[in-house]
Amino acid sequence: MHSIAADLSLLSTAIGLRAERHQVLAANVANADTPQYKARDFDFRAAMSQAMAGRGAGALSLTTTTAGHLKSAGGSSQVNLAYRSETQSAVDGNTVDMDVERGQMAENALQYDVLTRLMSDKIQGLKAALITQS
Amino acid sequence: MSLFNVFHISSSAMTAQSMRLNAVASNLANADSIVSSDGKPYRAKQVVFEAIPVAGGNEGARGVRVRQVVEDAAPPRLVYDPKNPAADEKGYVAFPNVNVVEEMTNMISASRSYQSNVEVMNTAKSMMMRTLQIGQ
Repeated sequence: MHSIAADLSLLSTAIGLRAERHQVLAANVANADTPQYKARDFDFRAAMSQAMAGRGAGALSLTTTTAGHLKSAGGSSQVNLAYRSETQSAVDGNTVDMDVERGQMAENALQYDVLTRLMSDKIQGLKAALITQS
Repeated sequence: MSLFNVFHISSSAMTAQSMRLNAVASNLANADSIVSSDGKPYRAKQVVFEAIPVAGGNEGARGVRVRQVVEDAAPPRLVYDPKNPAADEKGYVAFPNVNVVEEMTNMISASRSYQSNVEVMNTAKSMMMRTLQIGQ
C-alpha cells in the first residue's frame, strides 16, 4: 500500500531537521561574541538516519496532556548536538568561527530550498495523477 | 515551528549588540569627562554577554542577553595640567580610562555582528517563504 503520507514523510523529516539545524547555526552566529560559548552543530546524516529509524512503529510522537507524561523518543528535536572543533582559539574561550558558520548556513539554506522544491514536485506529481482524464 | 526560533535568537543578539554599541557611544562621548555624576572621572563601561536558552527551542538554540554592564578596572589616565581646576596637589588631572582605539574596534565588531544577525534573519525568512510556496 502506497500512501501519500509515506511519500511525503521522508521529505518533511528532512525539512524539519534542516530547520532545526538552522536554529543551531543561528545560535552560533548570535553568540559569536559571548565569552565561553562553544559553537554547536549536529551531523545531518546521523540525525536523518536516526529519524528514519524511529519512523516505523513509534513514528508519531505521543500526545502529552499532563506535565507528568513522558516524551516519546525519536522525532526531529532529538538530535545529538556536538561541539565544533575550533580552528583558531580565542582569548575569551569562544569557538565560533564566523566564516564556517556562514558557509554552513548558506549550505543549509540551499539544501532546505532543494527539499522544498522536491516536495513541490512530488505534490505536483500527485496532483497530476489525481486529475481525471475525460 | 523551529524556524520562528531563529527570529528570537537573532533578535536577542541584535538587542545585545545594540546595547554594546550604546556602551561604546557612551564611552566615546565621555572620553574626556573628568567629572561624572559621582564626582570622580568617568569609567569606561563594558557589556558582558551571556548565552540563554530560548523558549521552545532545542538544546543548541541559545539566544544572547547582556548579563551585566561592568566598569573598566583600568586606572584613570593621568595628565599633567596644573592650571586645570580638577588637578590634584601634584598637578595631575585624572582623565577617564576610555581607550578610544579599543572602543572604535568594539564599534566595528558590534556593527559587523549586528549585520550577520540581520543576514541570518533574512535567510530564515526566505526559507519560510519557500515553505509557504510548497505545492504551488
